[in-house]
Amino acid sequence: MALQTISDRCSGCRLCQLFCALVHFSENNPAKGALRITGIFPDPGQYTVTVCDQCGLCAEECPEEAIILKDNNYVVLKDKCTKCGVCVDVCPTQSIFLREDEPAAIKCDGCLECVPYCPREALQPKEV
Amino acid sequence: MSVLYGYGGNVLDIDLSTRRVSKSQLDRDFARQYIGGRGFVARLLWDLIPKGADPLGPDNVAVVASGPLTGAFLPSSSKVEFGAKSPATGGYGDSNMGGHFGPALKHAGYDVCIIRGASSTPVYVVIDDDIVQIRDASHLWGKGSYATEKALKEELGDDFQIAVIGPAGENLVKIACITHDFGRQAGRCGIGAVWGSKRLKAIAVRGSRGFPVADPAAMFKKGKEMFDIIFKLPGFKEWTPYGTAEITDWCNKSGVFPTRNFYTGYFPHYQQINGRALRNSIVTLDKGCFGCPIPCGKYSHVNLPQGLARVEGPEYETVALFGGNCELSRIEEIAFANWLFDDLGMDTISGGNIVAFAIECFEKGIISEDDLGGKPVRFGDLDSVIHIGKLIANRHLVGDLLAEGVKTASAHLGRGSEHFAIHVKGLEVSGYEPRYAAAMLLAYMTCDVGAHHNRAWAITYDIAVGRDKLEGKAAKVVELQHLRPLLDALGICRFPWIEVGFELRHYAEIFPMITGSEQTWEELNTLSERIWNLTRAFWVREVPGFGRSWDRAPGRFLADPVPSGAAQGKLLGEDIAEQLLDEYYRLRGWDEQGIPKREKLLELGLSDVACALYE
Repeated sequence: MALQTISDRCSGCRLCQLFCALVHFSENNPAKGALRITGIFPDPGQYTVTVCDQCGLCAEECPEEAIILKDNNYVVLKDKCTKCGVCVDVCPTQSIFLREDEPAAIKCDGCLECVPYCPREALQPKEV
Repeated sequence: MSVLYGYGGNVLDIDLSTRRVSKSQLDRDFARQYIGGRGFVARLLWDLIPKGADPLGPDNVAVVASGPLTGAFLPSSSKVEFGAKSPATGGYGDSNMGGHFGPALKHAGYDVCIIRGASSTPVYVVIDDDIVQIRDASHLWGKGSYATEKALKEELGDDFQIAVIGPAGENLVKIACITHDFGRQAGRCGIGAVWGSKRLKAIAVRGSRGFPVADPAAMFKKGKEMFDIIFKLPGFKEWTPYGTAEITDWCNKSGVFPTRNFYTGYFPHYQQINGRALRNSIVTLDKGCFGCPIPCGKYSHVNLPQGLARVEGPEYETVALFGGNCELSRIEEIAFANWLFDDLGMDTISGGNIVAFAIECFEKGIISEDDLGGKPVRFGDLDSVIHIGKLIANRHLVGDLLAEGVKTASAHLGRGSEHFAIHVKGLEVSGYEPRYAAAMLLAYMTCDVGAHHNRAWAITYDIAVGRDKLEGKAAKVVELQHLRPLLDALGICRFPWIEVGFELRHYAEIFPMITGSEQTWEELNTLSERIWNLTRAFWVREVPGFGRSWDRAPGRFLADPVPSGAAQGKLLGEDIAEQLLDEYYRLRGWDEQGIPKREKLLELGLSDVACALYE
């Protein structure tokens, strides 16, 4: 299973970002969440919530072979990632990113722990 | 120095006169004594504003402050407080706002942002974690709230959270608000005019650092439990579709819905402007503040002969003040008025009051057609609301006087208009008609920013225990005035508690997990009492002759029985209002003029404040 998003339902509350950061980093910092929320306001007035769709392009292009497929989701191997940024450049949905204070690229690993805590049911598991 | 958990940890101090930006660490004792948000604002206004400062002069200080629970993992942790000496009242002013601004400021590492002085040219402030810049805002000056926020999003990026003022703030209109996220406001007390006087058009912030939590695992577990409970409460599904407009029916059935400039408490067309009318006719999106499971923001779209509007709302207060109070009987019209006032950057509560006051003045011949630029105005007419709104925002014609608020306007116009100038302390009354609701009446009379509902929303208590019953009412108001503003100090929204029925004990339980502080809920309530006495002391210090007469309800509330609806023929009246006030002062430890007694201030650890008032 992997994570999919249904943007039509998103209220923009960013709880998923904070949730993700707590699951993966034990930090109260939504900027470390692997989901991205953008709003288009005032017209038409809607949110888009984006997350890795596990297309695997980053894994194909990674020069260090630091991104591997594990239980249908691509995950970053922290000890192999050199933060070269190739994955960020090739990602078609801008769903993998680098931070100064983290040793490896951050992306959704399909843990699905956020799913039951989206109040809008905008996060759902999907078969891959 | 050990880590101060639950806080961004820094105070940002910006002097717009000298263009100097400085940062300091948040003091631990200050944090423990004043909690955050409203508490920080109250103490900083007391400390930083020189006595007698002109609210629209460079000596006034604008403060933005979040609380220890702002931006933390728990339901509806979005809140941030905007404060200044109020140009609307001349006294203590603060206004609370949701959205994402407070969490972003805190995640950038700041609990407090102080803005002093005044720039000679328009500026905006960009806060990007450690980097803070004062930039030229000439290209934004004169723009509406929506266009300003959109332009800054395009300039800086969608991940910046932005608070702006509209043209009304620039024009020093005393009901000018701060707007954020295309529809969230710090509406009350004219804080937008203070920003305007400093030529501060906007603050944009991006925070990517987060903040330290004492026990992240415990907070995460408890926070999940809190969400799990809310998801199962019946109110979760009942309130989400309709937002705060859901209570329109209840207010009308109870006869407390402000109608025709608070002439009465019942609007016969209420079913055309209630939560269901809103949901079924115009809502396009449920829009949520940070971490909120119950998004009360109803993003709406209307297309009227007057124009198109996309607006977050109308929420209940706007429904009440433009709907009942100006008698707009279609939700689409209210939404349009809401959009216009948001874009101009004006509070819809005071706005709906002033428009209704102006229409009543016109009906009674106190304002002439010439005063209005040759256009007659009437209740129930969207064009009248639009016309008066634009006059106010631009300070044109009689709008220049109305921009001062109904207190000043009525004092100037005279001819009996003081009787139906619906305000306390110069702040217009929110959307609950209190003539036959003793606790709500007292709550308005004693609210520490003027007649605002949110310090003690006592109307439900009145109706539950008996509206004219007096016993216990003053005590309830005091209790609520500590409890409800405590949430504004902590940085959380009351919606889960008041509307959805979520128990407050959960906040008490998660507070130590986030802050590492051993302060109990009772201790936090005592600090809230300290904050309440401090804001009262601010009034005493700043307003010459401040006392009991400032806690007086509007004439209409004291003398005119309710003419229609469930409270028809009812009136508590002046004697009861005075009796309630006596009891309230006694319970508060204030003298018969409503001045905090020295012993009370000392008991609350405000010895320096006692010295200032008594020596």
